[in-house]
Amino acid sequence: MSAGGDLIEKTAERHLREPWDELGLAGDRAFAYQRAGATFGIWIFIASEVLFFGALFLLYTAMRLEHAADFAIAARETNIVYGTLNTALLLTSGLCAAIASQASEQKGLQRLTLWCLGATVLLGLAFMAVKGVEYREDIEKHLLPGASFALKEPTTQLFFGFYWLATSIHAIHLSIGIALVVRLIWKEWREPGFLFESPQVEVAMLYWGFVDMIWIVLYPMLYLDGRAG
Amino acid sequence: MSGASSDASTLANPRELDLGLPVSYLAEGRSVASWLFTTDHKRIAILYALSITFFFFIGGAAATLVRLELFTPEGNIVGADTYNKLFSLHGIVMVWFFLIPSIPTTMGNFLLPLMIGARDLAFPKLNLISWYLNMAGGLLTLAAVLAGGIDTGWTFYVPYSTVFSNTFVTLAVLGVFVSGFSTIATGVNFIATVHYLRAPGMTWFRLPLFVWAMYTTSLIFVLATPVLALTLVLVIAERTFNLPIFDPARGGDPILFQHLFWFYSHPAVYIMILPAMGVISEVITCYARRRIFGYSFMVYALVAIAVIGFFTWGHHMFTSGMSPFAALVFSFLSFIVAVPSAIKVFNWTATLYRGQIGFESPMLYALGFLGLFTMGGLTGLFLASVPIDVHVQDTYFVVAHFHYIMVGASVSAYFAGLHFWWPKVTGRMYPESWARFAALLMFFGFNLTFFPQFIAGYLGMPRRYYTYPPEFQVWNVLSSSGAAVLAVAYLMPLGYLTWSLFFGGRALNDPWNATGLEWRTTSPPPRQNFFGNPQVLAPPYDYHPEATPPGDEPRIAEKGALT
Amino acid sequence: MLDALIPAFLRPESASVQAAKVDAIFIGLLLISSAIVLLVVGLVVTFAIRYRRGSSAKRGEMPTIVSREFEVGWTAATLFIFVFIFWWAASVEIGAFSPPKDAIEIHVVGKQWMWKTQGPSGTREINELHVPVGAPVRLLLTSQDVIHSFYVPAFRLKRDALPYQQTETWFQATKTGTYHLLCTEYCGTDHSRMVGRIIVMEPQDYAQWLTRQPERDGLAELGARLFSERGCSGCHNAGSKVHAPSLAGIWNQSVPLEGGRTATVDEAYVRDSILQPERDVVAGYEPIMPSYEGKLSDGEIQALTAYIRHGTDRFDLIGSLNLAPAQNICAPGQTPPESAPNQSLRSPAMVPGAPASGDTPP
Repeated sequence: MSAGGDLIEKTAERHLREPWDELGLAGDRAFAYQRAGATFGIWIFIASEVLFFGALFLLYTAMRLEHAADFAIAARETNIVYGTLNTALLLTSGLCAAIASQASEQKGLQRLTLWCLGATVLLGLAFMAVKGVEYREDIEKHLLPGASFALKEPTTQLFFGFYWLATSIHAIHLSIGIALVVRLIWKEWREPGFLFESPQVEVAMLYWGFVDMIWIVLYPMLYLDGRAG
Repeated sequence: MSGASSDASTLANPRELDLGLPVSYLAEGRSVASWLFTTDHKRIAILYALSITFFFFIGGAAATLVRLELFTPEGNIVGADTYNKLFSLHGIVMVWFFLIPSIPTTMGNFLLPLMIGARDLAFPKLNLISWYLNMAGGLLTLAAVLAGGIDTGWTFYVPYSTVFSNTFVTLAVLGVFVSGFSTIATGVNFIATVHYLRAPGMTWFRLPLFVWAMYTTSLIFVLATPVLALTLVLVIAERTFNLPIFDPARGGDPILFQHLFWFYSHPAVYIMILPAMGVISEVITCYARRRIFGYSFMVYALVAIAVIGFFTWGHHMFTSGMSPFAALVFSFLSFIVAVPSAIKVFNWTATLYRGQIGFESPMLYALGFLGLFTMGGLTGLFLASVPIDVHVQDTYFVVAHFHYIMVGASVSAYFAGLHFWWPKVTGRMYPESWARFAALLMFFGFNLTFFPQFIAGYLGMPRRYYTYPPEFQVWNVLSSSGAAVLAVAYLMPLGYLTWSLFFGGRALNDPWNATGLEWRTTSPPPRQNFFGNPQVLAPPYDYHPEATPPGDEPRIAEKGALT
Repeated sequence: MLDALIPAFLRPESASVQAAKVDAIFIGLLLISSAIVLLVVGLVVTFAIRYRRGSSAKRGEMPTIVSREFEVGWTAATLFIFVFIFWWAASVEIGAFSPPKDAIEIHVVGKQWMWKTQGPSGTREINELHVPVGAPVRLLLTSQDVIHSFYVPAFRLKRDALPYQQTETWFQATKTGTYHLLCTEYCGTDHSRMVGRIIVMEPQDYAQWLTRQPERDGLAELGARLFSERGCSGCHNAGSKVHAPSLAGIWNQSVPLEGGRTATVDEAYVRDSILQPERDVVAGYEPIMPSYEGKLSDGEIQALTAYIRHGTDRFDLIGSLNLAPAQNICAPGQTPPESAPNQSLRSPAMVPGAPASGDTPP
């Protein structure tokens, strides 16, 4: 980075926001404090999200306990190739996100940060593309609950109700994640050096990691059930 | 006297009247945009105050029509469908757009940073966004009402709401869903603020109880609301995309909905009452001129209520056929959660002992709160006992019980706080005698409205009934007359508080001679809240009951007069 | 008794065994609560007067040890009182949970906006239910559409009727009369008109009333017909070639299941076995039975259950009431000795708002 030295000196002032700038602390301490506060905030938000998905998983547990056989039949209809591919894509994107988060705090790694953020977005978009293809196939196979549903067993509809719901909620979360990362890249483009030590990188990456984790739980629930043995 | 804080050179003098200082947050720009795009927690609090007042009167209008209809056993003012839409509107608007945001988003927003000596909340932009989300949710719900209404009741029970209702359920549910994000955002903001932005010396056990109440409420905001959000998503998905989740015809389980719904909605009751407890702790100590009795027990009680409150939801479902042993567990936990509430009542009472008690209007509201909360809490014990609950579940007994808590207690506390901090927020004094009269009228009207409902409910009158057997008429007539009194009592503050904005006397920085950091700045406070960096040297509520020095009584300034 | 403490016009009618127990707890709680309210209000008023601003009462700090003792004291006291009430209420709840074995069995179906009931001998009523006094009555509830709740204030009885599920409860009336039957789970437009009445009669009157009912197939007879029509008998009859368990006389018996578990044959088990036969397969049999989910209505499942329970033998209702033989009602398919069924007795749905008291049927 050409203007690196200059930027690094002024990091604290650039990222310091109200009300943290009026704490009466020395500039860099106030900034460290603000950073800690932002990270704390996103952790609280993630705790909230855990309860959101926790309720969803509880629902699945209750329904699967009640209708285990039908759920196994229904789960065999999902496309495990797409599901596994998506898991790989998302886990790789998580790795990129983690590297980006670490790199943004190091001097001289701005380019790496940017590349990793770019890779994260691309992998995320690839996930969405695969999901889209999978959705189309599911619709062609009449796996959308309703009058023309493909499977005979009555509660298989419940499984697919859950499938559509959980994957679309996850996709919405992932879209928000992609938007956050694109915003970071855009900010860096408008204002080179923005990413360096920005608390926003860590916040966005924590959120990204959380969305990954949700998929890791969803994957066995939707794709592996009924395929064992 | 100013024991809670000191750094006298930089803080405002409590005895001063800062006439015309161009520092008030109200004076920082007068355009509409300066309000709509503000990140000042105090201005956002005012925005919230305006929106919840609007929703309060919408919900109140619906309640008035409901009570009017119930004056006679036959249906004669509105039709059955209209009646169902009215009580649903009343419940949805009052719970989600008045009671849940009421104290946290107005007084919490305004006072939390002031009380801990911070300049603003931790994430000011998020705070503004949460107001917009709340408004968006409210307007979506109102759109549902204007489009034709919703008739499911505020509980949206399936399968009625998903399969059978022909009203605008999706729109209204979407509104509630959106407003849920607003509460989560507020919760995250408050928690981070309390953790990170306390002034030097403001240790956890020096926090005013109002701050503790906000903190525990925020925990519930953050941990309970998402479960409701998911449940509402499921209802929307089932109605809009025909996804079978709760539909019993396709293997779904409607009881599962109730579990998820009440997992949120029971803690939501504590969202409504914990902030009220915080307000009352501030008001009672100030007018009794005493330290709060058992500060640490008060804190533990707040935390205990917030935590145990998460495990009692099943007592809403005793009659839905749950296993008797599950019912007993929920029953037991419901009794246990009443213990910390009882401790709080005893501690407030004991705070009065050896005090120097004054009866300004905030104190009248607070004493009213004590009585109504005790009644509401004790009737909760009836509902926690399974055999009695089986009899009175879904009757007017339940209606009376939760109105005692949510309206009697919570709204009394809201008015107590509104009058207590009105001089700080607006810099003006309201007419005290009007305020005292309204407080007494509200207490009387409230009891007349809701006490007969206990009897009607015990005698067997079900709730949500448009017509009812005539032997219940006497109780309904009493209740409806009380509602008329109550309506007048609620309109009065709207009148005299508005009047005071233009004609009220200028308020001192600390008109009640209260401790607490919010009184150590000007009335109204400047944009940055304090003139210096406040430091806290003593625990809260450092009042001196004995040997009250002259001038240590609460003082009310007449127009511009300095004491 | 304690309930003399409450004036009569504040007391709901009490007409069941359970009602008396509920009222006892209610009054106990009322006394405790009133004492607490009086204590709190009394203290607040006393302090407010004695320590009003400017009064000459003595003030000063209390020693902290006192405050701590007070704090612990009233925490323990409230905890003790609350746990005591819990124990009392819980013991009543547990004691009253299971219905007596010989209870009369009545099926209740809620639908928007009426209650349909069917007694053991097939007597069907809408928005009404006739029961004999002094006999335990077991209700099996279900719903055809949304959730309803069967509420009889005079019996302190309430139970939700859920769609596609069965719930149950029971009562034993102690007083003849006509009582409100109300729906207490909000169920749509005419929720408040989903009301009816419970008519409690002397056993003799009840028997007479039964004789005047129009002839109907009993539930069990309907079940017997369904059992062959829907092909159940093809496998479950003794002479069948298919290896399926016989269902004769298995009611209330314990049967061994796959995996070493056992199950008691009751409503829930029969219902599950019809709808989800693969779930609890009897040990030694193949899971070959197809699910009847969606092929049988709730009413038909109830009929089949009644058939498996009673066989085609009529439930000996009258015998269980210890009536004299002369008052016995006739067997199905025969004409009652006296007269044609008295239709006027079967009143239409109760007019909303009509008083519940008075007008006890003969």
